[in-house]
Order: sequence, then C-alpha cells, then structure tokens
Amino acid sequence: MTPHPTAPLLSVDDLVVQYHRPGAPPTRAVAGVSLQVRAGEVVGLVGESGCGKSTLARAVCGLTAPAEGRITYAGTPVRPLRVRRRAPALTGVQMVFQDPYGSLNPRRRVGAQLSDGIRTAAERGEAPDGTSPEDLLTRVGLPASAAERYPQEFSGGQRQRIAIARALAARPRLLVGDEPISALDASAQLQVATLMRSLAVESGAGLLFISHDLSVVRLIADRIAVMYLGRIVETGPTAEVWDEPRHPYTRALLAAVPRPDGAGVLPAELPGDVPDPADPPSGCRFHPRCPQVFDGCDREEPQLIAGGVACRLYTA
Amino acid sequence: MTTATVLEISGLTLDLGGRRILGGVDLAVRPGQVHGLAGESGSGKTMTGLAALGLLPPGARTGGRIELEGTDLLTLPPRQLAALRGRSVSMVFQDPSTSLHPMLSIGHQLTDHLRHHLKLDRKTAKERAAALLTQVRIPNPREALVRYPHQFSGGMRQRIAIAIALACEPKVLIADEPTTALDVTVQAGVLRLLRGLCDDLGLAVLLVTHDLGVMSAIADQVSVMRHGLVVETGPRGRVLTDPQHEYTRTLLDSLPGRSTV
Repeated sequence: MTPHPTAPLLSVDDLVVQYHRPGAPPTRAVAGVSLQVRAGEVVGLVGESGCGKSTLARAVCGLTAPAEGRITYAGTPVRPLRVRRRAPALTGVQMVFQDPYGSLNPRRRVGAQLSDGIRTAAERGEAPDGTSPEDLLTRVGLPASAAERYPQEFSGGQRQRIAIARALAARPRLLVGDEPISALDASAQLQVATLMRSLAVESGAGLLFISHDLSVVRLIADRIAVMYLGRIVETGPTAEVWDEPRHPYTRALLAAVPRPDGAGVLPAELPGDVPDPADPPSGCRFHPRCPQVFDGCDREEPQLIAGGVACRLYTA
Repeated sequence: MTTATVLEISGLTLDLGGRRILGGVDLAVRPGQVHGLAGESGSGKTMTGLAALGLLPPGARTGGRIELEGTDLLTLPPRQLAALRGRSVSMVFQDPSTSLHPMLSIGHQLTDHLRHHLKLDRKTAKERAAALLTQVRIPNPREALVRYPHQFSGGMRQRIAIAIALACEPKVLIADEPTTALDVTVQAGVLRLLRGLCDDLGLAVLLVTHDLGVMSAIADQVSVMRHGLVVETGPRGRVLTDPQHEYTRTLLDSLPGRSTV
C-alpha cells in the first residue's frame, strides 16, 4: 500500500468474526481481514453474497463481536455493543443499513429521528453548528417539510436519503454503508451512491461503501477491496483494479458484469457456487473455481502481498 | 419478422383504483426470441407481464387485447385461463427465496402442475422433473428432488424456479427481473441458461428488467416503457446504441460508466 501522510481513521487488523451454530464447528464469516480507511477516502468493498462483507461492516460498527484481531477507530479500539449505549467517542462511526424499510422507526417523525443524531454529535463534544433536521433534509435532496412526516410516507429511495441524513446528523468521521443501494430502484441507485460519496467527502469523513454492484463502486470509490469467502483477495486504487484486475477472482467478477453496449455478448460465467464458509476449501479459498489453478493451490494459502493481491500467481 | 408472433399485446390499458397504470401497450413476442421490457419502476413493466398471466390485482380494469396464438386472454373465462396458466404461459419471479414454497420439496413443486396439466402419473412426472433439473444444470437432480428450497443457494433456487416454469413446455415465459436478486457471477449463469433455452426450445421470453446491461446481453428486441406507455421498440443493437426516443437516451446516459466515458 502507498504511504499516506495521515494515519488511518479506521484500521482493521487480522480480523476474525465467527458465528456459532449448535452442534457444528464455528463459521468463520470473516477469516483474517486487514483494511484501512483514511479521512476523506472512499473505500469500496465488493464480493458475492455470503463472502462476509456485511459481517465486516457490522464488526466495524461494533454490532458484531470479533473473535480475533483488532479494530481501531481514530486510535481507540472499537468495543462491541452490549446493553449500554456506545461510548460517545465511537458515535463518530455511523452506518447506513441495507433496508430503509427496516432501519427507520415507523412510529416517529423524520425530524425527531434526525434530532437524535444532532444530539449525539453534541454529546460527543462537537461544537454546535446550528444544523437543523430541515438543513439535513435539504442536503440529501428532500424538502424541509419532510421533517414533519413519517417514514411510511416516502418511497424506498427517499427513505434511504432520510437514513443517510440521520447518519450524517451525528457528524460522522467514518460513514459505513452496508449495501445502502441494493434495495433501491436502478434509477435511484447511482444518485444515492454519488450523494453518499459527495456528502462524506465534503465533510472530510471516510466512507466504507459495501456493495455487490461493481459498476457503482467503480464510480464512487477511490480504492476497491475485493472479498472472497471471508478474505480480501485484491485491493488497490479503483482505476487500477478495474482496468488491470490481477486476481483470477476479480477478473471473473468483472467479466460477469453485462455491458449495455447493445452487442449481445453474454457475460462470462464463473462455474460453481461459493463454498460453505463453515467448511472452506484447503489452501487458496478460490482454487476449486479458479480457471488458473496450478499445482499447490490446494495446499498453500496465499497472503495479501504488498502489491495488493493474494494469489500464488504473483508470489511465484 | 421471419416467425409469427406467439404473444401479441395490442392497445393494453389497465386502470387500478381509478388510476391509469397502462395507457395502451403494444408488444409482440416471437418464438425463439427474448423480448426485453425496460423502464424505471412504476413504468408498468411488471403489470404488463402480470396481465399476460391474468394475475392482476383485484379491481383491475383492463382494455385492449392480449393474444396468445389468436386467443384473447383478457376475455377468457377464469377456468380456461387457469388451464393455460403454467401450461402455455408461465412466469419466473424476481426473488427465488419467496417464489418457491419453503415447506414443499423441490420434487413436489416440480410435479404438482405437471400432473395437473399433463395428467402424468407420479412416476412419469418424477422422471420428467429429474430431466428438467438436469436441463437447468442442477447437480445430482435425483437427490435434489427430495430437498427443500432453503437447502439451495440463490442461483440454484432461481434455476429451480425456471425448471418449474418450463415443466409443461410453455410457449411463452415471462421473466420478471429474474436475475436482480442474484450476484453478477450467478446472474451470468442464469442469463446463459435463459438464452440457451430460448434458442434450443424455441421459447418466447418476455424479459422484464431495469438492467440495460442484462438487456444488452440477451434480448433480441427491446421495448422501453415510461408512465404506462411503450416509448420505443426495436432491435437491441439499435435501441441501445442509437436510441430514437429522448427518454431512452436519458436512461442510457444515467447508467454508471456511461456518463464518464
């Protein structure tokens, strides 16, 4: 990774998150991930469903307890959320959830929900800047009068804008979006994604944007991390990863995106399904589906090298 | 225009609760072709698909004609429509985790309508079910028959849903956002499967999707809908590269990747 003058805002080191099921060995949803997000930087995390990207996001916000490894936000370790409220210092991390139908309180007015966030920022000791719920709504492109209404009066795209406004109300220094656009219409997806980017970058916050939609991540992220079965297999600046993907999995993922060029080319298929994370393949986790598998891939687990790729093709 | 149309929708109007949802839709779907129906949500593309199956919500008032090989589906008595539904016209829905019955085995769901429509006996229906699962490339089809939807991944479930839709060898398959709930890698497989079935079986597919990338990959003809009207219809290559209508151009320009190129 390239050296950067500022220390990372969020630092995840060798994180392992396990889920326990009765009568079965624990499932390692995140199996040793290291990731950094700097202030003002947009990091896109992509991967197929079940690869552990949401678990990683939840761990970053303290919603899921890690089994091993460390998560530090602005120098303070992130403690998992228990019965008590989060420590005021950690409210600088805010999350936008996937489903705006479930993440907003249906029985409270939008304005009241936004005021909670403003109060949170004040409790953390941020100097009041006179932001009102109405200002926040205007910033996300909704009329100020929306504050008086209830979430049910809005469409999915509008609700997600409210959820973003609520997260911004707490004046986060790190915004985490867990598939924030996948529940939205195609026409609203790009708008909401670019809105998140511009609002985060404007306020100097870092953004960890999780999505399975590569074409959107490509447009808004500065850096991409590709995750497969609990591990990051490739990371790098967006343009580099998009133009010259190195890991065979990244290549397959990009080749599978259909392009609206009218040429009628069927996207390339990656054979096989994502293996069960409770019983990952030996060696490189991708080797059973890898088109470039060679001798030894089933024994030796590749580590993420300095160039930002975890594949034996690049270590040999 | 080499082959005759199998499903022809002309002047279809739909009013629901005093609101006009469709304002005269014209579409023609030919055997062996994928006809894509694009548009934003709320433009009426799903309603057009549902109308062809007589699955509109209660209180819907329709006008115009939906002809399946010359028979108008809109004026057909319920009993006769039920005989066609799942037999001549079938549907694949967006979300395979809710469109399959969670408590019935795959075998049960695959043979139920086979036995009803084709009056097959239990054993023949089971044979046919296994053959269908092979066709949609489900590994170990015989074992799969006794398993339940939750034991399959999303992509596998959608393949099973397609197998169920294909069981009675329909002439028309209506696929409503069949790959939207799937990952890109899985989507690629399902798209290839649909295209293959269309080419091999001469199936006519009406593909409803908002994803113009998907459209570009498998559709032969593309219609673009807006506010309950078809604003543009034409061959895929032309609609996507040289759109005639202002709205189609806006849709294409709003695509990620397009605006920056």
